Amino acid sequence: MTDPLIHAHDVTLAFGETPALRGAELAVEAGEVLAVMGPSGSGKSTLLHCLAGILTPDSGEIRFDGRRIDNLGEQERSALRRDSFGFVFQFGQLVPELTAEENVALPLLLGGRRRAAALQQARSWFPKLGLDGLEARRSGELSGGQAQRVALARGLVAEPRVLFADEPTGALDSLTGEQVMDLLVGCAREQGTTVVLVTHEARIAAYADREAIVRDGRATSMSGRLTS
Amino acid sequence: MSVPLTLLGLLEREPSHGYDLKRDYDAFFGRGKPLPFGQVYATLGRLARDGKVVVGEPEAGDGPDRKRYVITETGATEFEDWLREPVAAEPHLQTVLFSKVVLALMLGRDAELYLDTQRAAHLKRMRELTEIKRSGGLVDALLADHGLFHLESDLRWIDLTAARLDALAAEVAKR
Repeated sequence: MTDPLIHAHDVTLAFGETPALRGAELAVEAGEVLAVMGPSGSGKSTLLHCLAGILTPDSGEIRFDGRRIDNLGEQERSALRRDSFGFVFQFGQLVPELTAEENVALPLLLGGRRRAAALQQARSWFPKLGLDGLEARRSGELSGGQAQRVALARGLVAEPRVLFADEPTGALDSLTGEQVMDLLVGCAREQGTTVVLVTHEARIAAYADREAIVRDGRATSMSGRLTS
Repeated sequence: MSVPLTLLGLLEREPSHGYDLKRDYDAFFGRGKPLPFGQVYATLGRLARDGKVVVGEPEAGDGPDRKRYVITETGATEFEDWLREPVAAEPHLQTVLFSKVVLALMLGRDAELYLDTQRAAHLKRMRELTEIKRSGGLVDALLADHGLFHLESDLRWIDLTAARLDALAAEVAKR
């Protein structure tokens, strides 16, 4: 049994007087697609933000690749997020002033890649995601499904170890949402990226290998990976 | 799935041999459970007996003689009636899931654990159907979607019931 890629142990976090996480435990194996489910307000997005180094827990430990990350300084956490993690959220992710290809190239540019090389790599994602011909469009000129696929390309372009996706299909209709999930899971598996997906929709969670349920700030892993 | 009515529908399209009917049935409706030849011919025999199809003369070919089946006016009317009639919208007011939850509460068992186990079983099946959708063709995807929507509706009930377990336990304890 190998160590999990991400491990949260006894994590607590409160917003003022309101507890959001109360001793959450979660292990994510390398290469798996994990769906984190739970009712609204259960703490699932808070848990994702802690795992991704966006929020700092009040107590407990979070390890990534064996290294504690909950006690890192802001600069180190920022570098970790830039170098090892990708993100896809529900709303407002694309920078409206940039073209679609510049949006996709952003993580590469922030990581120090030269502009021409970054744009070339960004462009290679457009045919993969059915976005041919949309490279020069700005976010206002894209449909919701197209914008979300651009955001997905941006989340994966730097080949992160982990992609954190928080309700990535929440603003899309069922069919478009499923197309985005099909691409998300397909691309992540192709490049070996681990995915932590927060969703309240069972149909979206069914794209994952297994699910963890968060209830009242505690997480329970429910079932195992699909075996073929 | 009504085999006689489905075969009538296939015959409404065009007169066919038993072999062709079986092939088309398996392609669209069998989904891993092919129709045995014996059942095809037994069903066609009953449809002929009831005047819903007629059997043509045997046709000589490379293999054994084959008979072509043709739908009658009676058969076509029955098929049209069936096609127009909506499928019963079952209210499912008394389900196995519900019975288990109430009995668990009555007997002081852990109803939440039961609901969690059921949720995991539903999600496992949903993953299997999603994999079929991702790897199969459009017909497989549409059939898998039908199953997924039903399972999803059960899951919504499971989540809602889990959120109301305390109230339900109090209701059960009153009686």
